[in-house]
Amino acid sequence: MEVFDFYQTPVLTVTALSSYLRELLETDDVLRDVWVRGEISNFTQPRSGHLYFTLKDADAQIRCVMWKNAAFRLNFSPRDGQGVQVHGNMSFYANAGQAQLYVDSMQPLGEGLLYQEYLRLKNKLESEGLFDPDHKKPIPEFSRHIGIVTSATGAALQDMLNTLNRRMPLARVTVAPSLVQGAEAPASLVDALLTLNRIPDIDVILLARGGGSIEDLWAFNSEALAQAIYTSRIPIVTGVGHETDFTIADFVADLRAPTPTAAAELVTMITITDLAIGLQNARVTLADAIEEIISTRSHQLELLDAGLRRLSPIQRVNNAIQTMDILRQRLDRTMQIHLQKMNIHLENLIARLETLSPNAVLRRGFAIISDSTSGQLVSQSKQTQANQAVNVRFIDGSVPARLNPTSKE
Amino acid sequence: MTGTESTSYEATFLALQEIITRLENNELPLEEALKLYEEGKKLSDQCARLLEKAQLRVNILGQPTLDMEIDQES
Repeated sequence: MEVFDFYQTPVLTVTALSSYLRELLETDDVLRDVWVRGEISNFTQPRSGHLYFTLKDADAQIRCVMWKNAAFRLNFSPRDGQGVQVHGNMSFYANAGQAQLYVDSMQPLGEGLLYQEYLRLKNKLESEGLFDPDHKKPIPEFSRHIGIVTSATGAALQDMLNTLNRRMPLARVTVAPSLVQGAEAPASLVDALLTLNRIPDIDVILLARGGGSIEDLWAFNSEALAQAIYTSRIPIVTGVGHETDFTIADFVADLRAPTPTAAAELVTMITITDLAIGLQNARVTLADAIEEIISTRSHQLELLDAGLRRLSPIQRVNNAIQTMDILRQRLDRTMQIHLQKMNIHLENLIARLETLSPNAVLRRGFAIISDSTSGQLVSQSKQTQANQAVNVRFIDGSVPARLNPTSKE
Repeated sequence: MTGTESTSYEATFLALQEIITRLENNELPLEEALKLYEEGKKLSDQCARLLEKAQLRVNILGQPTLDMEIDQES
């Protein structure tokens, strides 16, 4: 066994030891150019602009510094709890007596510890059946009373209220305000869900939060919240963060919307416009129905009226009048024919009479002589007397005359 | 706070639809049909008014009930 010779070893000052350590670290090929991943904690950014934080995982931690000019190039804001991958070199900070990582670049890490935890919980809950599609409750198309769990002060609430008011202003909304980030948030969210579940007539719950970093949304990855969503009596629609963010709450929820506004749309599938169209249709149908009834009835009335008129006594009287008219016309016609016949007969008689008239004899040149005083015809000579005053009638008139005084021959 | 605007809209609209169904049956005495029609018109006007003046009612638990001012989006 070798014996150390303490006397031959120089005693180092603390400074010398620190320098030695520093030299060791800075000349090591691995430590000079190293990538490290871990979770940020104890993050501070004083006025100087330099960043100070600790990178840690479950079992170890290491102090880190990022100088202002390197920090200036960061395209995100590092925060406690964030998983990152950093590049830099190790050195020894003598003043604090600790090895430090001097970070020159840093990226947020998708596969950070938080993310691993997220995956672990997701797998666990999935295997426990919390994401089971069969367990998911249907979302009503038309909600009368909508519950909202979100921050009372966030823009998400205003966005949702605006959307609900635009799409379904007949609805009632009850907001159960909750913390949505930080250590207290999961319990606060669970509490709010329980509170709304105690209100009997709520149809659906919106569980929402505006966009933020994955850490901001972390409360929505809690197991307690997942259980509360799973056991909720009322269907829950989540709208957490942005379109690309998927939280555990989203997987357990009955429906996941990409954003709070979209969630508000999904619980108002039937909008006030749909109601207005339905109402307009109902009004048209109502008007059609009464019109149909009236036109049917008026048609029936016309038929009855026509039937009634056919059976009416007035019709019979009219018929009798018509018959009488026809008979009268026939009578008139018959009478006329009869009269005409009689006329003709009469004319014949007159003609015949004419041939027998003395005038006809007179026309031939005969004359009629009558006694002037008695008016009696003188048709034989023995009726004459001397000087008898007579009247001689020619065809064209009468002439008084006196017979000769001589007696008759 | 029982009976929301939406339940009263639903009830009114349901009554309207019932009247329409009865009218479409078309076997009512004319006088009754006209009465139903008048009632239906009244109900539909009520519905239209409810839609027209509808305004989201918001109650934030732990805060006094207030008529939330809603930004009217275009």
